[in-house]
Amino acid sequence: MKVLVAVKRVADANVRVRVKADGTGVELDNVKMSMNPFCEIALEEAVRLKEAGKATEVIAVSIGPAKAEDTLRTALAMGADRAILIQADGRVEPLAVAKLLKAVTEKEGVDLVLLGKQAIDDDSNQTGQMLAALLGRGQATFASKLDIADGVATVTREVDGGLQTIALPLPAVVTSDLRMNEPRFASLPNIMKARSKPLAKTQAADYGVDVAPRQTVLKVEEPAGRKGGAMVGSVAELVEKLKTEARVI
Amino acid sequence: MTTLLIAEHDNEVLNAQTAHALTAARALGQPVHILVAGAGCAAVADAAARLEGVERVLLADDASLAAQLAEPVSALIVGLAERYDAVVAAATTTGKNLLPRVAALLDVMQVSDIVTVVSPSTFKRPVYAGNAIETVETSDTIRVLTVRTTAFDAAGAGEAAPIDTVPAAADPGLSRHVSDEVARSERPELAAARIVVSGGRALGSKEKFDALMLPLADKLGAAIGASRAAVDAGYAPNDWQVGQTGKVVAPDLYIACGISGAIQHLAGMKDAKVIVAINSDPNAPIFALADYGLVGDIFTLVPELTEAL
Repeated sequence: MKVLVAVKRVADANVRVRVKADGTGVELDNVKMSMNPFCEIALEEAVRLKEAGKATEVIAVSIGPAKAEDTLRTALAMGADRAILIQADGRVEPLAVAKLLKAVTEKEGVDLVLLGKQAIDDDSNQTGQMLAALLGRGQATFASKLDIADGVATVTREVDGGLQTIALPLPAVVTSDLRMNEPRFASLPNIMKARSKPLAKTQAADYGVDVAPRQTVLKVEEPAGRKGGAMVGSVAELVEKLKTEARVI
Repeated sequence: MTTLLIAEHDNEVLNAQTAHALTAARALGQPVHILVAGAGCAAVADAAARLEGVERVLLADDASLAAQLAEPVSALIVGLAERYDAVVAAATTTGKNLLPRVAALLDVMQVSDIVTVVSPSTFKRPVYAGNAIETVETSDTIRVLTVRTTAFDAAGAGEAAPIDTVPAAADPGLSRHVSDEVARSERPELAAARIVVSGGRALGSKEKFDALMLPLADKLGAAIGASRAAVDAGYAPNDWQVGQTGKVVAPDLYIACGISGAIQHLAGMKDAKVIVAINSDPNAPIFALADYGLVGDIFTLVPELTEAL
């Protein structure tokens, strides 16, 4: 079974990004970039499938600027066998990413595609579902547990109000939630080894996919601020203020 | 043309989030139809028909729709879509699972988690865990939107709209429902609660979480939330998680106990009307947001607060 994992390069989860003064976007110059945390989880799951003898090959793919190569090297260091960089500059929307991933999935004869449930930059939560739709395959989103047996993926999903388990025949698309696993750290020897693993560089145009955005960002602004910062000295004072000042209890 | 709103329900009860999403759907300025897709869900259609400003309810009642799996429901919606120029759903796990599949089948980009309708094709939405608000204009002729329900008031009651029955699409058979593990609770639903009390890693164990948070919640008639750290440590079930990757809440009162206030947590609660923080660390980021901050030991202060209410 071949597994494809889609990974995205995003501003690091611990960075508090700032909106540019001219309102055209957020400031990403000199900001630490990392692999999207949900993508790390998806990749970890793929590597575990290989270690369990269920996957024969793990292919990592990333779509974005030339620098996304760093993210793919991280994926290789974590255990992916080879990587594909699809270079595309500027804003690439989930629909275009899904179309590119469909092309790769079909070309490589992939049985399972693993993605993160959302990227922490655009917070869209769309790509996996769109890919499943375009492939005409089943989808299991927000997965916290994945079992593969006899060509069927049995997936426990985190849904509002609890957990839901569904089963889908392969090929299928699964998106990872936070609690699926604890991603490993790449060891130094593995980082060194990753340098010599194959990494194919391609262009979005090679796949015949139009990546022109459907949406125009008119403005990016700071969220409305809160005043905050008022301290109270005791529980009695807190209760008094909640009753008389805030009037919420 | 017309807007199609997808009802959120469990085949028995119409979820309150639908009434919030309806307000956003009506802001598009077109008549609104509500689709109720499920099995044995006639009562849900009746409830949807009585929401204010609904022109028509479409009821698709079929065994293949019982678990509202994305594949058969999206096939149904795509079959109906030529009559509509907008498809809208609440940004719940059901809506988030379903709508991008619909969008891709229609070859359009979805606008996720909208918080403001600027015009029928322009919307505001939070990005970067709510640290920036993006205004986007879509060029797609069919708008596919999920709605952050805490940003819109619930629609009220209106005159009963007619209910039409529509057939389910042929079941594509791409997935099968196996089982549900539902966390039953006597408390108000987290996303809709007027008061939320929330606990973090500082509680130290599930026993202490329960001992401190449950009495406080019960005293206030509040729903209980938790930080990711508390959920990952097993102090609370995962559907209690508040934050960028959990639930987004905007109650009248949010009481954060032993929560430092990581960016990802703040993304889920910073639109609460009043925020109270109780934490032993006076430098915790949560205090920069809190309307009322109290520094001290949560194991003393939380029981004291419960007692004082």
